[in-house]
Amino acid sequence: MTDVAVEVQGAVKAFGQGGAALRALDGVSVAIRKGEFFTLLGPSGCGKTTLLRLIAGFETPTEGRILLDGQDITDLPPNRRPVNTVFQSYALFPHLTVAQNVAFGLEMLGRPRAEVAARTERMIALVRLEALAGRRIAQMSGGQQQRVALARALAPQPKVLLLDEPLSALDLKLRKEMQIELKRLQHETGITFVFVTHDQEEALTMSDRIAVMAAGGIRQIGAPREIYTRPADRFVAGFIGESNFLPATIEGGRATLAAGVTVEVEDAGPRAGAVTLAVRPEQVRVVPADEPGALAASVRDLVYFGTDTNCHLTLPDGTEVVARIQSRPSGEPGLAPGDRVGLRLAPGAARILAD
Amino acid sequence: MSRAEDRARAANARTGWLLSAPALAILTVAAAGPLLIVLVYSFLTPGRYGNVVWDVSLDGWIGVLFTRDIFDGTLRLAEAHLAIFWRSVWLSLMTTAITFLVGFPTAWFIATRPADRRAVWLFLITIPFWTNLLIRTFAINEVIRNDGILNSLLIGAGLIQAPIRILYTDTAVLIGMAYVYLPLMVLPLYAAIDRFDMRLLEAGYDLYAGRLGVLRRVILPLVRPGIVAGSILVFVPSLGAYVTPRVLGGGKNMMIGNFIELQFGQGRNWPLGAALSILLLAIVMAALLVYVRATTDRGRDHG
Repeated sequence: MTDVAVEVQGAVKAFGQGGAALRALDGVSVAIRKGEFFTLLGPSGCGKTTLLRLIAGFETPTEGRILLDGQDITDLPPNRRPVNTVFQSYALFPHLTVAQNVAFGLEMLGRPRAEVAARTERMIALVRLEALAGRRIAQMSGGQQQRVALARALAPQPKVLLLDEPLSALDLKLRKEMQIELKRLQHETGITFVFVTHDQEEALTMSDRIAVMAAGGIRQIGAPREIYTRPADRFVAGFIGESNFLPATIEGGRATLAAGVTVEVEDAGPRAGAVTLAVRPEQVRVVPADEPGALAASVRDLVYFGTDTNCHLTLPDGTEVVARIQSRPSGEPGLAPGDRVGLRLAPGAARILAD
Repeated sequence: MSRAEDRARAANARTGWLLSAPALAILTVAAAGPLLIVLVYSFLTPGRYGNVVWDVSLDGWIGVLFTRDIFDGTLRLAEAHLAIFWRSVWLSLMTTAITFLVGFPTAWFIATRPADRRAVWLFLITIPFWTNLLIRTFAINEVIRNDGILNSLLIGAGLIQAPIRILYTDTAVLIGMAYVYLPLMVLPLYAAIDRFDMRLLEAGYDLYAGRLGVLRRVILPLVRPGIVAGSILVFVPSLGAYVTPRVLGGGKNMMIGNFIELQFGQGRNWPLGAALSILLLAIVMAALLVYVRATTDRGRDHG
């Protein structure tokens, strides 16, 4: 297990005492590999930040252990863990300059003055803030503060870098830039990144692996592609991207939708009976109403958002289905609410969900 | 600039002067005037029964540091005066230090309580402040005198045989002043700590600082304006303290305040008293200058 950087074993964190205790984490186990960009993804209150704070040492687990490079660090205070954090609020020291902020960790580690100076300079260059090294924090923009926070946390060469929703305070354009920047920094430093976010798109574009969390537990761990295409349960299917949930009956490897149309499913196995199928909107095709084998539906609403248009459809039994169709050059959808259309699911698009 | 703008500007200046006139008048009559009188008196000759005679003389200022021999008229360094100055400065510095050491944890404690309870704690800290200074000082007297509460308790508990003599010593003055001026230290410290972003503590610990490192490198530099303000607020009145050294220090352990009072009373040397007052004012001004420097330090770096 030498390729594991951080291992959390059966972590439970309860806030409060006795019956009123709130279980922020309820038996979480996860192994984060060396050098990977690992993301904890989930809605607010799912326990992702608590898990991060457990690894950082700001919280002590009620039960369970935390291992770093195979060594038990559960009882070590944060200042004795070779782990650094980029805080959501950045928490930069306002009384120090950029360079002093970056040097802080190295100085506290008692590194020789020359080494501190050299490494600080290199870190500031890494985040491209050379021109601003002497500035105070209050004089920096949000994006620049973000870079200082990164340089400060990377300077002591931690074994693991923890990032607590670091991009949430930035505007969209800056956020996209910083996403690329973060990937570059991770690539150049080779440090293991543990990244907390509630933004599924951010998680999908940046991570090597994602742990999807809900209600104090991990629902699924996997590569972005795997999590998107094979969500483990209804929560994951709904949280990562959009999903249509269709009631169906399985028999002999084929699923029969409530509307009476059968579709192929890949992983049906020997299963039989009532299930829920998850289908991504972009895998639903809108076809002419009279096409054979298509599900009859009517257009309820059209939501345009640039590259695509979301087509909200209603099946005869009342089930709502969303189809995502690519916008045409003219921008006109070619459909109008009330139109009768047909629906087809792309081959292999339907997944059986474990409820 | 247009003529309309000129007119508006002139009108603004006029109303500005008019509005500040009452304040300026009060400042002239109530602050500058008396100070000027004190300054002038320090250069006059003492009258036989107090007051001054209008003969210009430097004796008042010379008397601050020297005494004139009554027989041959030679000047000698007045060691008693130096002792009083030294005691005043020393006791004031010690009072500042003690109130800081007690006040900082107190202010930290209050600032870290839930927001709805802080007001109660602050109220408790300021309660003694609503009481008359003389009464508070006599209360301390009651606690520390030979047959007072403290000694009775210690003797009753069998910890000591004879009472500890505290009253009429420098220690008594120190205890009294620290007690009286503690709120003046706690309040500005509380204000500074309240503004302190507690998330910086985690950042400090995360970056390998221990408790002492976080205190020294993160907390103290950031609450420095509060420390300086509290220290000035304690140091300045301590230096001029009159009631506390009088009641708790007895007649012998004088501070500048008592020494000045002596010149205007029994000493009948108003010029010396006036010179001493001006000296005290100068020391206080110097202390305030330090304060202004320390608090504008950060602003200058912004430039």
